[in-house]
Amino acid sequence: MTNTDWPLWEVFVRSRRGLSHTHAGSLHAPDAEFALRNARDLYTRRGEGVSIWVVPSAAITASSPDEKDPFFEPAADKPYRHPTFYEIPEGVKHL
Amino acid sequence: MATAAAHKAYGTEEEHAGTAAYERAFDAAVAADGRIEPRDWMPDAYRATLVRQMAQHAHSEIIGMQPEANWITRAPSLRRKAILMAKVQDEAGHGLYLYSAAETLGTSREELLDKLHSGRQKYSSIFNYPTLTWADVGAIGWLVDGAAITNQVPLCRCSYGPYARAMVRICKEESFHQRQGYELLLALSRGTPEQHAMAQDAVDRWWWPSLMMFGPPDDESAHSAQSMTWKIKRHSNDDLRQRFVDICVPQAESLGLTLPDPDLKWNEERGHYDFGPIDWTEFKEVLKGNGPCNEQRLTQRRKAHEEGAWVREAAAAYAAKHSDDTKAEQA
Repeated sequence: MTNTDWPLWEVFVRSRRGLSHTHAGSLHAPDAEFALRNARDLYTRRGEGVSIWVVPSAAITASSPDEKDPFFEPAADKPYRHPTFYEIPEGVKHL
Repeated sequence: MATAAAHKAYGTEEEHAGTAAYERAFDAAVAADGRIEPRDWMPDAYRATLVRQMAQHAHSEIIGMQPEANWITRAPSLRRKAILMAKVQDEAGHGLYLYSAAETLGTSREELLDKLHSGRQKYSSIFNYPTLTWADVGAIGWLVDGAAITNQVPLCRCSYGPYARAMVRICKEESFHQRQGYELLLALSRGTPEQHAMAQDAVDRWWWPSLMMFGPPDDESAHSAQSMTWKIKRHSNDDLRQRFVDICVPQAESLGLTLPDPDLKWNEERGHYDFGPIDWTEFKEVLKGNGPCNEQRLTQRRKAHEEGAWVREAAAAYAAKHSDDTKAEQA
């Protein structure tokens, strides 16, 4: 038996129906079933959730913080994607 | 960490220039009250300070389960027993939030527990005092958790994102801990003369150790100044201690109990309560390992870890078997 840690899982909790699952934190568990049970005990002791997702942390691909500027830069120079970019004459309604 | 490895790939001069740029970005983010997230560049000393503080904090949560769990079987009513079990379970949960947050800095659960068990990382000295009577459960909730809340609320705005987020969750739950302790003491204080005396005795024993939880005075605190610059810490030890004293005095009056300090009196000029000198010799002795329960707490923790080994192994074996079965089905 190896003495290493159980794999790490990321926990996402839906606080109530109609809202999306939100990242709550992480935990160690030997498999998905245990991860769900541990997540219930750790993150929903006071009725904080109606649904839980667990995802192996190793399965997540993330953008790099070092590339933050170039990676998201294409959005920065396109103000015409925002409704406030457009000038509408005063008095025009429902627009 | 992935980013740390990427830096190593640069040549020496470029690496130096790169680091300086990263450092400027880090300093600017902290100065602007921004948050540092796990994969951001951070100075090695910032990372080390956080690991040390978060590990100590996590260890304190799980060691803190012991003095209170000591009374679960002897709780005076089913109501009190259910409350105490929920509280002790919360402490385990707080430890887990904090271990997870510490692990985002590149350490592992196994390493953290190993350092606790071998005494290379510390836990709060407050848990090296014994819980002699049922009233101690109340005094811990009111004073020890009260001091912890005073310390922890500013940590919700700590510059390191995962630590701050863990603290938000913890602070919400600590409020129940403090109130159940206060209610417990109030019941004893208003009970028989023996019960009242038991409550008073517990407060007498826990008051000074609770004040020591804020750490050494500002001019002797080794890590304070740097931690304040990094916005890991938001207020000085002495400021937080004063805040706690000011909160507790009227609460003690409502309890009908006294605080064991003859020098405690309102100072009109300062707008705060003055209080007597703290016996730092005792603090240092307990810190060195000579407190009443240091040995007992660590021995119990190691024993729990060793005796739980078969559970961890069985769960891992089950997971491995289950995963093989799934693969076989898919083939």
